[in-house]
Amino acid sequence: MQKYSFLSLIKNAFSGHKGWEVAWKDPTPKKEYDVVIIGGGGHGLATAYYLAKEHKITNIAVIEKGWIGGGNVGRNTTIIRSNYMHDENGLFYEKGMDLWRSMSQDLNFNIMFSPRGIINLAHSDAQMNAYARRGNSMRLNGIDAVLLDREEVKKKVPVLDFSDNVRFPIFGALMQPSAGTARHDAVAWGYARQADSMGVDIIQHCEVTGFDINNGKIQGIKTSRGDIKTKKVGLCVAGSTSILAEMLNMTLPIETHLLQACVSEPIKPILDHVVTFGAGHFYCSQSDKGEMVMGGDLDGYNSYAQRGNLPTLQHVLTEGIAMFPFLSKLNMLRTWGGIMDMSMDGSPIIDKTHIAGLYLNCGWCYGGFKATPASGFTFAHTIAQDRVHELNAGFRLDRFSTGHLIDEKGLGTKTWIS
Amino acid sequence: MLYIKCPHCGLRSQNEFAYGGDASVKRPELNKEISDQEWDEFVYLRKSPRGKHLELWHHVSGCRQWIKVLRDTSTHEIFNTYKSEEKVG
Ligand SMILES: Cc1cc2nc3c(=O)[nH]c(=O)nc-3n(C[C@H](O)[C@H](O)[C@H](O)COP(=O)(O)OP(=O)(O)OC[C@H]3O[C@@H](n4cnc5c(N)ncnc54)[C@H](O)[C@@H]3O)c2cc1C
Ligand SMILES: [Zn+2]
Repeated sequence: MQKYSFLSLIKNAFSGHKGWEVAWKDPTPKKEYDVVIIGGGGHGLATAYYLAKEHKITNIAVIEKGWIGGGNVGRNTTIIRSNYMHDENGLFYEKGMDLWRSMSQDLNFNIMFSPRGIINLAHSDAQMNAYARRGNSMRLNGIDAVLLDREEVKKKVPVLDFSDNVRFPIFGALMQPSAGTARHDAVAWGYARQADSMGVDIIQHCEVTGFDINNGKIQGIKTSRGDIKTKKVGLCVAGSTSILAEMLNMTLPIETHLLQACVSEPIKPILDHVVTFGAGHFYCSQSDKGEMVMGGDLDGYNSYAQRGNLPTLQHVLTEGIAMFPFLSKLNMLRTWGGIMDMSMDGSPIIDKTHIAGLYLNCGWCYGGFKATPASGFTFAHTIAQDRVHELNAGFRLDRFSTGHLIDEKGLGTKTWIS
Repeated sequence: MLYIKCPHCGLRSQNEFAYGGDASVKRPELNKEISDQEWDEFVYLRKSPRGKHLELWHHVSGCRQWIKVLRDTSTHEIFNTYKSEEKVG
């Protein structure tokens, strides 16, 4: 594989950029693989990469029905954080933070990781108390957390509305300074390029349509480009999980819902951090191009349409303007939507299943981008060793029936309001 | 914008409604011995189909009745709406 560097950039500039190799090949599916990963999103590609790198399994196919990066990995608002209260989530996402910090070097691909800090605003004394508790839980797990008072928030984010007559005055905030953003497409491409170079077949425009199961064991999959034999299948299809579960006669504790995001026209640098509203659901950061990147609530009803509806956008942006009055002056550049695998406790599932050789990775809700490296790392371990890694041991599929939920927000099973 | 025909009030915008989830989920019967498996199915497990989905909506800013809506989860087309006690299908 060609190494990307300043030197290679100069060299190729002098030869009219005709010397660049393709970043990954376009192979025809083989008859058989050691492992098949379904879904070429961030999680599927990362899983293939760590299977090859950490477990030396390289006879792998990643089967993607569309194109690499066309799913949620290319649709999210790129927030990366580990500000969780429960140990299972905190430790898992903090492993992710370690991997994020070294990812550009590791993948030899600039993923533009920008640890600019996330600020969760609080609008009451009770919320400050709750944040103090969460911050303490985080610090016990070695995760950085700082409680900011109103004046400190004002210094960091002066464009927030600090006037006296607001409905939700700002009392302070919880900040995770090491949180941030990254370039989402680069994450997909970086993992794809490295996996490909180690021998993984990335097969695009190939839809999985069924499974071959015999005696409770996976034998292979059926695809739009023919049958493929394999003894191990990893499911990484995010919002499409329930569709594949139906082919497997499984009913899962997840529902698929629609989430939108939008960006404004680009403006000069005005916001240095990721900031979230504490009295509703709105968050905002500024991209390197200057666009304000914004998102919030789900559309609120089961949906597989990757296309949103205006009432939700209006609701979300109303919250945005309450926080940042200047937003009302900006033009909207673009809106889009993606479909989310909402789990019943808001935490993910990375586990084996009752079918031997079938492994499940789902339930990412609207927070799965930041999980990409840790998910790939632990899922690869689960598949290669046929047992869970200690970091995903809590993300069991049976935790719902046994009562071991990992419910950060205590919101219950109405996935569409969480 | 979705437009939902409330069987009591007529065609109204989605802004007047709150969503209530899969209407095919049945609570286990009262006064019966219920296994963990049955509770699991009732509380947590959902088919979440792509295509036709029978679901509950609450006309919260209208007549405040719960209604059933048959809607396509990939096109958002609404085929039919029913009173809560009405048999569907
Ligand atoms: C608007 C929006 C904002 C978000 N913001 C954030 C954020 O700020 N921070 C964060 O951490 N997370 C965020 N998320 C969530 C995050 O994007 C997802 O949780 C995560 O990307 C899911 O994992 P993935 O990348 O593997 O999914 P995907 O990229 O969706 O990959 C799944 C792939 O499976 C493929 N597939 C499906 N069915 C089949 C089949 N039958 N055969 C073959 N292939 C199939 C799909 O085509 C798709 O490419 C956001 C999501 C959205 C939509
Ligand atoms: Zn009505």
